[in-house]
Amino acid sequence: MTLRNIIHSAVAMMICFGSLAGMYALLGAPIVAAAQVLIYLGAISVLILFAIMLTQAGDANLPTPFHRQVPIAAVVALAIIGLVGWAVVQTDWSLAPQAVGAAVEAIAIALFTTYALPFEIISLLILVAIIGAIYLARRPEEDERAN
Amino acid sequence: MGIEGYLIVSTLLFGIGTFGFMARRNAILMLISIELMFNAVNLSLVAFNAFLPAEANAGAVFALMIMAVAAAEVTVGLALVIAIIRTRQTAEVDQYADLKE
Repeated sequence: MTLRNIIHSAVAMMICFGSLAGMYALLGAPIVAAAQVLIYLGAISVLILFAIMLTQAGDANLPTPFHRQVPIAAVVALAIIGLVGWAVVQTDWSLAPQAVGAAVEAIAIALFTTYALPFEIISLLILVAIIGAIYLARRPEEDERAN
Repeated sequence: MGIEGYLIVSTLLFGIGTFGFMARRNAILMLISIELMFNAVNLSLVAFNAFLPAEANAGAVFALMIMAVAAAEVTVGLALVIAIIRTRQTAEVDQYADLKE
């Protein structure tokens, strides 16, 4: 987040997503790890890199990449880290069993029976998002030519 | 590594995402920060799912749904950012102050 060049930030983000996929695999959730690789490493990273390259207007190396509210941001972020970290450290997790992992089959059955309605709503949401993105990213000149 | 390790990593990721969202001036960097926060929440959900098994693997299913919603969100967000950069010729969010008029 403190890197000056935005492409470096995007590559660091991809490394972060990759290591998170490894952590999901360690936690015994291979289907979530696979989805992480497909969606985040595959789709979202490429989207963000495309957006960076489309919008690179020579201002990649500005003198200050930071807003003037950096102190407030730092205080709020440290407060969040401190509070939640304190809660995590204070809590007694000894009752938690060892990691058991989630079988792919069990997740699939749950996804298509218990959570079938949210699943369908999400597919509708993605359709709406695609249509909205195409509408927004269309060039205005094409409108005028069409009219 | 116990559940504390995963939760602390998740907390750090969320804090970094919050800092980046509020401190950076580039609109695309702000979207990247939002993705970091999504990932932090996903990590804590999967960790709780693995260590405190609920019925029907709710944590992993929710993590998958959050991924789908995040993909939709980043699609629309990047389209908005590209549209506004095309009209304003800049990606710096504090140059958008005249939008409030």
